[in-house]
Amino acid sequence: MIFALLRRFGQMIFVMFGISVLVFLIFFATPGADPAARIAGRNASPEILEAVRKSFGFDQPIYVQYLTMMKKIFITGDLTSFVNRGWKVVPAVLDTVPVTLSLVIGAAVLWVVFGLLIGVAAAAARGTWLDKLLMVLGLIGISMPVYWLGEVMNLVSQSRYHDTWMFSWVPPLGYKTFSTDPKGWFLTLVIPWITLSILYIGLYGRVLRAAIIESLQEDYIRTARAKGLSETRILLRHALRTSLISFATLFGLDFGALVGGSALLTEVVFGLQGVGKLTYDALLNLDLPIIMATVMYASFFVVMANALVDIVYILLDPRVRTG
Amino acid sequence: MRRLARDRAAMAALVLFAVIVIMCLLAPVYAAWAGVEPFKSTLDAVITIDGQDVPVMEQSTEGLGLGYNPIGPTWRLGSYFLGADNQGRDVMARLLYGGLNSLVIAGSATIVTLVLATALGLAAGFFGGIVDTVLSRILDILWAFPVYLLAISLSIVLIAQGVQIGPITIESGSLSLPIFIIGIVYIPYVARPVRGQVLSLRESEFVLAAIGLGVPSHRILYRDILPNVSTTLIVFVPLMMALNMLTESALSFLSIGVQPPNASWGTIILDGQGLLYSRPMVALAPGLAIVITVLALNVFGDGLRDALDPRSKIRIGRG
Repeated sequence: MIFALLRRFGQMIFVMFGISVLVFLIFFATPGADPAARIAGRNASPEILEAVRKSFGFDQPIYVQYLTMMKKIFITGDLTSFVNRGWKVVPAVLDTVPVTLSLVIGAAVLWVVFGLLIGVAAAAARGTWLDKLLMVLGLIGISMPVYWLGEVMNLVSQSRYHDTWMFSWVPPLGYKTFSTDPKGWFLTLVIPWITLSILYIGLYGRVLRAAIIESLQEDYIRTARAKGLSETRILLRHALRTSLISFATLFGLDFGALVGGSALLTEVVFGLQGVGKLTYDALLNLDLPIIMATVMYASFFVVMANALVDIVYILLDPRVRTG
Repeated sequence: MRRLARDRAAMAALVLFAVIVIMCLLAPVYAAWAGVEPFKSTLDAVITIDGQDVPVMEQSTEGLGLGYNPIGPTWRLGSYFLGADNQGRDVMARLLYGGLNSLVIAGSATIVTLVLATALGLAAGFFGGIVDTVLSRILDILWAFPVYLLAISLSIVLIAQGVQIGPITIESGSLSLPIFIIGIVYIPYVARPVRGQVLSLRESEFVLAAIGLGVPSHRILYRDILPNVSTTLIVFVPLMMALNMLTESALSFLSIGVQPPNASWGTIILDGQGLLYSRPMVALAPGLAIVITVLALNVFGDGLRDALDPRSKIRIGRG
């Protein structure tokens, strides 16, 4: 088991290294353009260009440039924006983390609860109209662009039906911190939570139904039936339990990916100043140091989340543990 | 195939998708018939409804009466059926043109992904050893990279200036940039299952026999292995296409996909964002178009998978 853990850990370090090299190459070594000019932003003066060159060591060999970038992002944390002169990038990124976490955790609660309900209900009613209806709804959820759904939600809750009893409680777009205004925090996030979770409810419901129906074919289910257990008990205690493995794996990956930037579209539509929105604003301002930092932190987070999922797997699954 | 033909939902979805493709292909015909310029500001255009001349940009009646509102949906084909956007352009014409771009990008990106992923998966699975190790690690890196952040990084570098790699110059407004970006980011989704399949085929008796007979590797790959993974690849086509439609629209919405004045369904939703509360149809219509198209592709893809490869666990929908 120790060997398997170490191997997974080594793989994680390697992937992190690979990603950092890839990011470095994208920003500093794409052919055909001067990286200093890109980092300095639009209409930069010669002095700023010179400052960028000096700060990132563009007169030095390429591996020194790589090390300089990594040092600025992870060790000294003194990466600064040149578009907004003097703005420290690393604290700016860290400030946005609570917003993204608030959004993703709330949505995750919704999609786990409703994904479980829909998956189990559809599997229990397999072949009936209820099953078909739930699966079609799930497929529609998967097929909707999340940012468009967000706009429709805004249209309904902020404008068209805002004055009716249904949506009069919806506060204007924006984020309120939990510590100063917990009620405002909750109310502003309800609609974004629903929007973000719909895709995943559809996806998880479908995946769970397929997994339950597959495990109902297994021999141990026949044994359980032969023992005379009730159908509900078989479904909930036996079939659902094995199906939760794939559900949990998927959850780890998706949760990591969302915190690591995939929630970007939702944040943009609802004006939530999270990691994704920060990256998007930097994209509009052509502020490359911000993007470098968010991409690096976010992808490292995703890699660690993926590794954590596998490690939990190794610890829990006796077949992997001994093998 | 007969199983697929009997799957009524899948066949209906295929027909629906074909209708959408044909409608988008007819975009130039529609624009010529309606007499509109979908890529030019036409703020002073005037149309005739029931014998009355109506300006496309009407004076705003709300607030101070300053500024102009684009005309809302007229629900008359040929004269601003879905209304105009904030540059006075016919939304219906742009919707058809935009659909064409979305379909072209999603389709081409699917081809890029499948070709590159097949090459990588075949090489990694068949040659094994160091080739496999190197390729698999590269796929790991690409897999862990958050899709939108990778796309943002690539496009902020590429879209601003365009690229010049040797003799190939790609201009900054070109459709090949989003195709290339979307095509690259999803390679691991396809390459990993292909590699897995090749790994098991590599140990199968007919391949071992061919190796024993001294058949050259490229011939084994082409004649024995590729036909056996082709089912998996075919199953991937509609599902990848659906995923690519969503990704393309998202990138265009973030203004890093199709560049103005060109249109795609994502850019029209972006145009409609500013008009969301006054002229919601500008943003609603392209979104509905995406939902219907992607839904058709997903339903057909599910049917195709059940017919060709019922035991496979291919499932796409994350993004």
